[in-house]
Amino acid sequence: MANMAKKTREPLLHIAKRDDMPGWKAWLIRLAAIGLGFLLIGVLSSLLTGASFGKVYNIMFTGVFGRLLKGNTILLWRFLQRAAILLCLALAVTPAFKMRFWNCGAEGQALIGGLAAMICMIEIGDKVPHGVLLLIILACSLLAGAVWGMIPALFHAKYKTNETLFTLMMNYVATQIVAYYVVLTSAGSGSNIIKPVPYGNLPILFGEEYFLNVLLVTVLMVAVYIYLKYSKQGYEITVVGESQNTARYVGINVKNVIIRTMLISGAICGVAGMLMVAGTDHSINTNTMGGQGFTAIMISWMGQFNPFIMAGMAGLVTFLKTGAAKVADTFFLNSSYSDIVSGVVILFLVGCEFFIRYTVKFRHSKKGGEAR
Amino acid sequence: MNIFVAFISSAIPLGVPLLYGSTGEIVTEKSGHLNLGIPGIMYVGAISGVIGAFLYEMSCGNAKENMVPALAILIPLLCAIAGSVLMGLIYSFLTVTLRANQNVTGLALTTFGIGIGNFFGGSLVKLVDSDMPNIILTKTSNFFCAQLPFADDCGWFGQIFLSHDFLTYASIVIALVVSFVLNRTRVGLNLRAVGENPATADAAGINVTRYKYLATCIGSAIAGLGGLQYVMAYANGVWSNNAFGDRGWMAIALVIFALWKPTMAILGSFLFGALCNVYNYIHHFFYLGHDANRELFNLLPYVVTILVLIITSMRKKREHQPPQSLGLSYFREER
Amino acid sequence: MEKRVAIELKNITKTFGPKVIANKNVCLTANHGEILSILGENGSGKTTLMNMISGIYFPDEGQIFIGGEEVTIASPKDAFTYKIGMIHQHFKLVDVFSATENIVLGLEEKGKYDLKEAEKKVDEICHKYGFEIDPKKKVYTMSVSEKQTVEIIKVLYRGADILILDEPTAVLTPQETQKLFAILRRMRDDGKCIIIITHKLHEVLSLSDRVSVLRKGEYVGTVITAETNESQLTEMMVGKKIDLNIERSEPKNPVDRLEVQHVSCVDRQGATVLDDISFTARAGEILGIAGIAGSGQRELLEAIAGLQYLTQGDIYYHNPKTGQTDDLRNKTPLQIRELGVRLSFVPEDRLGMGLVGNMDIVDNMMLRSYRRGKSAFLERKKPKDLAQEIIESLEVVTPGADTPVRRLSGGNVQKVLVGREISSSPTVLMAAYPVRGLDINSSYLIYNLLNQQKEKGVAVIFVGEDLDVLLELCDRILVIGSGRITGLVDARTTTKEEIGLLMTKTVETAPEGGSDNG
Repeated sequence: MANMAKKTREPLLHIAKRDDMPGWKAWLIRLAAIGLGFLLIGVLSSLLTGASFGKVYNIMFTGVFGRLLKGNTILLWRFLQRAAILLCLALAVTPAFKMRFWNCGAEGQALIGGLAAMICMIEIGDKVPHGVLLLIILACSLLAGAVWGMIPALFHAKYKTNETLFTLMMNYVATQIVAYYVVLTSAGSGSNIIKPVPYGNLPILFGEEYFLNVLLVTVLMVAVYIYLKYSKQGYEITVVGESQNTARYVGINVKNVIIRTMLISGAICGVAGMLMVAGTDHSINTNTMGGQGFTAIMISWMGQFNPFIMAGMAGLVTFLKTGAAKVADTFFLNSSYSDIVSGVVILFLVGCEFFIRYTVKFRHSKKGGEAR
Repeated sequence: MNIFVAFISSAIPLGVPLLYGSTGEIVTEKSGHLNLGIPGIMYVGAISGVIGAFLYEMSCGNAKENMVPALAILIPLLCAIAGSVLMGLIYSFLTVTLRANQNVTGLALTTFGIGIGNFFGGSLVKLVDSDMPNIILTKTSNFFCAQLPFADDCGWFGQIFLSHDFLTYASIVIALVVSFVLNRTRVGLNLRAVGENPATADAAGINVTRYKYLATCIGSAIAGLGGLQYVMAYANGVWSNNAFGDRGWMAIALVIFALWKPTMAILGSFLFGALCNVYNYIHHFFYLGHDANRELFNLLPYVVTILVLIITSMRKKREHQPPQSLGLSYFREER
Repeated sequence: MEKRVAIELKNITKTFGPKVIANKNVCLTANHGEILSILGENGSGKTTLMNMISGIYFPDEGQIFIGGEEVTIASPKDAFTYKIGMIHQHFKLVDVFSATENIVLGLEEKGKYDLKEAEKKVDEICHKYGFEIDPKKKVYTMSVSEKQTVEIIKVLYRGADILILDEPTAVLTPQETQKLFAILRRMRDDGKCIIIITHKLHEVLSLSDRVSVLRKGEYVGTVITAETNESQLTEMMVGKKIDLNIERSEPKNPVDRLEVQHVSCVDRQGATVLDDISFTARAGEILGIAGIAGSGQRELLEAIAGLQYLTQGDIYYHNPKTGQTDDLRNKTPLQIRELGVRLSFVPEDRLGMGLVGNMDIVDNMMLRSYRRGKSAFLERKKPKDLAQEIIESLEVVTPGADTPVRRLSGGNVQKVLVGREISSSPTVLMAAYPVRGLDINSSYLIYNLLNQQKEKGVAVIFVGEDLDVLLELCDRILVIGSGRITGLVDARTTTKEEIGLLMTKTVETAPEGGSDNG
């Protein structure tokens, strides 16, 4: 009987941690996951629409990038703009994530930053020169986002209040404040919509409406990379994230680092909100960020907290969303098709990390193994 | 008086989806899983039920006389459960078997689930070629909304306590059953141990993986019912995209408010329902000046939740803290 | 008197990987109604052996007999069926559960789940053997000894006849130890088979009926306690008196460097962990600190390093450069550094405190020094050179300086850590268990490094567990027990026995020290 017990208890598969997989191999696995996701999307789309694989992918591609060869770059810029906002939010949460502070509040921090920009645009838009106004808008957005990020950090540093849940709730507080402001401002106009405000819009550079947005985020990407990798503060973030014990041992003030990092994280979110409000919509509503704050969390995670990889991931997700929306549009499917499509690829990418971090071995020999 | 009764009796249906959602999330969190996919799962639960009901109504030729009450209720119910359990399975597979990050998986699942809900919702709308952007399943809804026959005869008492659909009462029963199981049974003890300290549970001979899978799937099923109740009873069988809103997130907030106790979740969800309802009724009670001031009352549930979160973390009473290993994957060889 | 055999091991061998032989051909027998001690030094394979009986490891070779029949123990569950219960050194308890809830956890009893009934049963067990525990008490409010009690009751509740206790006294005060021993004797008289793993001779002699000795994974022999004595057991345990041949120079003009005066501090639960500690560390000598594990060694070093809040006392540092004296009391590590105090600290928890496992060697070199300079950016040139230098001079085996330290072996991790701490030319160097888990060569390398520092005029504080090493390496040895100083001896003239006695001496003082759990 005991022997029987032993046989059944020794599992066929043995899972062990590994950390020696070379980088190229890990990326091969991730690419394979993306490929699988794409394949699944192709199959799904073909089944739903009856169109061939090639046609589906073709529609996706042209839907995202447009007719580039003919020199039409409108769609391309729109794509870059979307990816830039997403990347900006992902850049924002990354310092916090590196510190193992789960900032799920990018959505709210950005919305509050956008609201600050909106208030500036409406209240003082016609009273100060354009250049000064832009600076004021930037300052207010940074500050508003930073404050929104700092509140949960203060309580986390002092009382260890669960930051995931706190930041999540702050999103909805921000949403409701925006709703309040929208109703307040649009009162009497008959609809609950703030009409686009002509003041404080970001300037159009090189004839491209979104050029400045994209440029700013690109600069930010490099800056965050340098900050995390080469600055002393970035180094402290890594140490605090890896081990608070070690941080204390070398004399790092952990509480200060947590608060400082969340100030930065919130401030960058504020920039994203400003880019949406002053740089894109010139208006605000509760759905201005459209859930990108949540998508950004996944981008940051899938990009291994590396800003350049995150840029690729932001591009990938934007491509999927826009492309799938185009497919849905072409075949009269519902527009939410894009959420399903991006969801599938993200789930594949999240799942494939297992094969990078663990090895699965089949047990051949009964001898020598641990009893488990 | 009348308006007060109306306030209370309309607050209760607002609380029911929250109660389902938070009861489901409590079961899940007790196994150590912070399932941020609950909002998506509730959408999937709702749309699965809608699809089931839609198909059944179609098969009966859209005539209420042909519909069997038991089937009209069972089919959407089982569909909702099946849909949400499937989502729970995806979540468990990724986080338990593949040990993926729980926050990221949950968020992805929420995007995915809401996408599915709206996609199929929108597709059904297109299918029936209606002018309105919604699907109307009044016949099925009538079966779901059947009231106790004597509710109307009992005055304000009847209106507040007896005038609701059966899923409302079921939500309370389920919460009580969950509370009983967690606190008074061996299974509950084992489950709590898994969420607190999986290594200890493992050493005591508890199958950690099985408990995590089961708790997540059962929790998802319960949460999915919340979506179903919303469509069939609260919205009278009308599905429109995004109408469910962010109730799923509020359900997660409610778990904190309830301090991980289902009985507290019952109180909390109706309190939250009332808080949400304040927005609808406040102008009957007070003069608010500007219209916009009413919007501020939508903040109430979230601000209250944040306060509860802060206060419990300040008091540091161990019984009021989240399960100790909440959000962490368990890998046995690390012990 | 003829005893009934409870468990018999025949030729048990267990290896970890190709090199490490944890147990080799071990044979032993334990009887019902007796207490058997398994004696051996740290790393002699005692725990591995017992883990095989309790189903955590599976032996490579050999047989296990229980009640005369050969059995296979493949999991802790199997062990339970054979009525074997093990009490580990690290307790496996759920903090928010009550004692009883922890005790019944995972049991598959038939019938209704009735906590009241279980509490009654727990009370019965307590009454029978003399435990004192409130079955309703939550674990997170318990003292260490209460938690241990819960673990023992847990095993008894499951009907264990063979109880294995792994270093049960390591975390107990002398009074608690006496109580535990009384309980164990009562269980023996009840016919249970008790196996206790230990490396403390006096416990073996006062408690057990027979002693089995292991040395370096091999079975040395079994003796009846009444017929043996300390010196025979020591000889069996350590083999011949080992001459470690650690070179020790005479301290050159020692001056007082660090003065610890009346230092006390409490842990998070408010229990006193350091109680009125006073001593002086001198430049140019090695001060050893000996004591049972968990007697306050860690807290003492952390207090000096600025990581523990002192409820009382002062720590004075005499600065050799300025001639000033600074009080380090309740200063943060950063403030201590800014005072110009060159304090290096090799903590016990190397990868959890001293180093960051996921960072490479270069980045770990910067941990202490990254703040240098006004620039907001890191300067990696010097740390890189330092990393290279340490890798070469200390012969660290690594693919390169950019390898995460987590991937290095224990000895190499320690070389990196000690190398970094020494590189800042400290005036005080504290090292907690610096050779734990290291092979012989690495250990000697560390001893030599400490000696070099001493000759350079550094005040070295060395917390060790191997008395032979302490005796040969240190100049003076401070002995602490339960957070108090129990003695200060000259390492050149003292004996192992004297230190052993001091380590377990009960200090007759402040009644609150003993009344906590008494």
